[in-house]
Amino acid sequence: MRSQMEGSRAIAETVARCRPQVVPAYPITPQTHIVEAVGAMVKDGSLGGCEFITVESEFAAMSAAIGASAAGARTYTATASQGLLYMAEALFNASGLGLPIVMTVANRAIGAPINIWNDHSDAMSQRDCGWVQLYAEDNQAAIGLHVIAFRLAEHLSTPVMVCVDGFVLTHAFEPVELPDRAAIDAYLPPFAPRQLLSPDEPVTIGAMVGPEAFTEVRYLAHHQLMQAVDGFDVLAAEYEAATGHHHRAVSGYHVDGARTVIVALGSVAGTIKDAVDELDGGTGVVTLSLYRPFPADQVRRLVAGADHVIVVERAFAPGAGGVVSADVRGALAGLPARVSTVVAGLGGRAVTKASIQHMLADAHAGRLADLSFLDLRTDVVQRELATPRSR
Amino acid sequence: MTGQTVKFYQIGSRAVGNRLLPAEWRTEQSNPDRRNALNSGHRACQGCGEALAARYVLDAAVRATKGRLVAVNATGCLEVFSTPYPESSWQVPWLHSLFANAASVATGVAAALKMTGRDEIRVLAQGGDGGTVDIGLACLSGMFERNDDVLYVCYDNEAYMNTGVQRSGATPPAARTATTEAVGARPGNPFGTGKDMARIAMAHEIPYVATATVAELHDLEAKVERAMSLRGARYLHVLVPCPLGWGSAPADTIRLARLAQRCGLFPLLEAEHGEVTAVLPIRDPVPVEEYLKPQKRYAHLFGDHPRADVLSALQALADRNIARYRLLAEEP
Repeated sequence: MRSQMEGSRAIAETVARCRPQVVPAYPITPQTHIVEAVGAMVKDGSLGGCEFITVESEFAAMSAAIGASAAGARTYTATASQGLLYMAEALFNASGLGLPIVMTVANRAIGAPINIWNDHSDAMSQRDCGWVQLYAEDNQAAIGLHVIAFRLAEHLSTPVMVCVDGFVLTHAFEPVELPDRAAIDAYLPPFAPRQLLSPDEPVTIGAMVGPEAFTEVRYLAHHQLMQAVDGFDVLAAEYEAATGHHHRAVSGYHVDGARTVIVALGSVAGTIKDAVDELDGGTGVVTLSLYRPFPADQVRRLVAGADHVIVVERAFAPGAGGVVSADVRGALAGLPARVSTVVAGLGGRAVTKASIQHMLADAHAGRLADLSFLDLRTDVVQRELATPRSR
Repeated sequence: MTGQTVKFYQIGSRAVGNRLLPAEWRTEQSNPDRRNALNSGHRACQGCGEALAARYVLDAAVRATKGRLVAVNATGCLEVFSTPYPESSWQVPWLHSLFANAASVATGVAAALKMTGRDEIRVLAQGGDGGTVDIGLACLSGMFERNDDVLYVCYDNEAYMNTGVQRSGATPPAARTATTEAVGARPGNPFGTGKDMARIAMAHEIPYVATATVAELHDLEAKVERAMSLRGARYLHVLVPCPLGWGSAPADTIRLARLAQRCGLFPLLEAEHGEVTAVLPIRDPVPVEEYLKPQKRYAHLFGDHPRADVLSALQALADRNIARYRLLAEEP
């Protein structure tokens, strides 16, 4: 049954149905509604068997999650933006230790200048921290990705980050269907950790590894993470069988025969599909639910026939350009397709259908640069660039 | 052959020889069947106070919990010298995550044990002074404030020894470190700096706070025992001389720890819910010089240009402790 609810509420209800046992929480906009709701469910008893810990920082939140997961509890937390960066050191540690923590990231820009609105700078800055990264296109996807995330995390013994566009999704009221508890219980069995801190069988976790073995440890971690490329789709298919909701690592939309293909992650994909629908055809869309590990083969298959691939990104790498574009270029190596990066929707700027259509018109007219910023106020930047600076 | 008078306080302290005690009063270290939680073969320096204290503390905690113990470790000497992969000295389940987060990791472990129905297993977190009073203080304060069920043990050797003896917030005034060299008009660590971690812990009004040294084994074990008899956040701060960082002879580790207590610079106390409940009186006081002189980190206070002014300032710090905790008062 579909019901109208806020994205954060839908995520919190879904997480509760996944029966986390420890939830360390620290507030940061726009993630707060999620942990507030989880905290209330723990307090009123509707989420039983769960310890909700109000910690003093995101660093402490991820650290407590590490301890809880290592001691055998299903562990969840949520953060955004500066909070994700504040836990950066612990993110690498959680993946290095192979702890299946699930975390929502309510994507938000990073300062300075401080900005509370949506883009992907936060999660993209941590793309190499060894976590699986999933991106939700809408709130129904946010629900499904969270359930799959717990299963995938525990299946691979690796942490999973579910990225949900801040405000755009977290604060949006949409009709969604929550999978029923029995279906989730059947899909997601109780957590059976691979290694457990216990006096019955003492283990040393987190030893110091020197040059003689460090490379091998890293190789194996990469190998393990890569299992998620196919593993995600297998578990998503099981989820679909249990709930009827379809999610895949990579999805194509009108890509057959498309000369131009737009690649995107997150909520902007819906706008792009609407924009493309209003045009005459010839443009396809590829959306990534799975960004790390990068499903290069699937991306290559879906865009192989295109002349022009446009990667619309809600983040960028200063001094270099696109972030996702680099992965897409790598996936298309040897193919003739041109790849353009369009940085869009930074710091909460709306990405409209009209802007996307304008971008496509530029592309078809051969005016789209290798790197461009959608709806850039050129008058403002030209004026600033023309202003002499005292040194 | 003349007889010898048996003195109860054989070495002028409470470190009573185990042979003179009934079996149940003896230290866990005299028990041949002790756990040896930090087993031999690790790579600590000769005379390492931290290695000794960690074994004493954990063996006592293993005894107090009947073996139902999990240890969490901050990054630092103790972590580095005990776990060079693929070897480990730990005979207890042991988790190392990062430098700053041992207290928070322990919070998570305790929560998980509770939520998985295993809360008879107790949690002990441990770190050095840098990991405790500096980089780890926010996590530790949070753990205290929430009264999480963890005993946190700080092994205080008064500087960042693992990285090569740099100053920490626990480095005492005048001490030479690699970042407070014994040069200039005010050689060594500046006066008026540093944190009194035991009092910071007490300000959180947690169930139990104690200080100890690696020299007073009975006292140290009794404090671990007391801590493990309580639930909630507990803090134990143990002074552990470091021959490398202090410039002292490895054989002097225990003697220096005892002198630190006897001169008043390191007061031994217990506190419950923010109130001091007991102190270890100084039985045979010594001037601070006696403690400082064997340590090269204070060499600039002696020698050709002795610094009576600095020594008297250090003596004043010791005297303040003695007055604050009434360390020279007679025992009841």
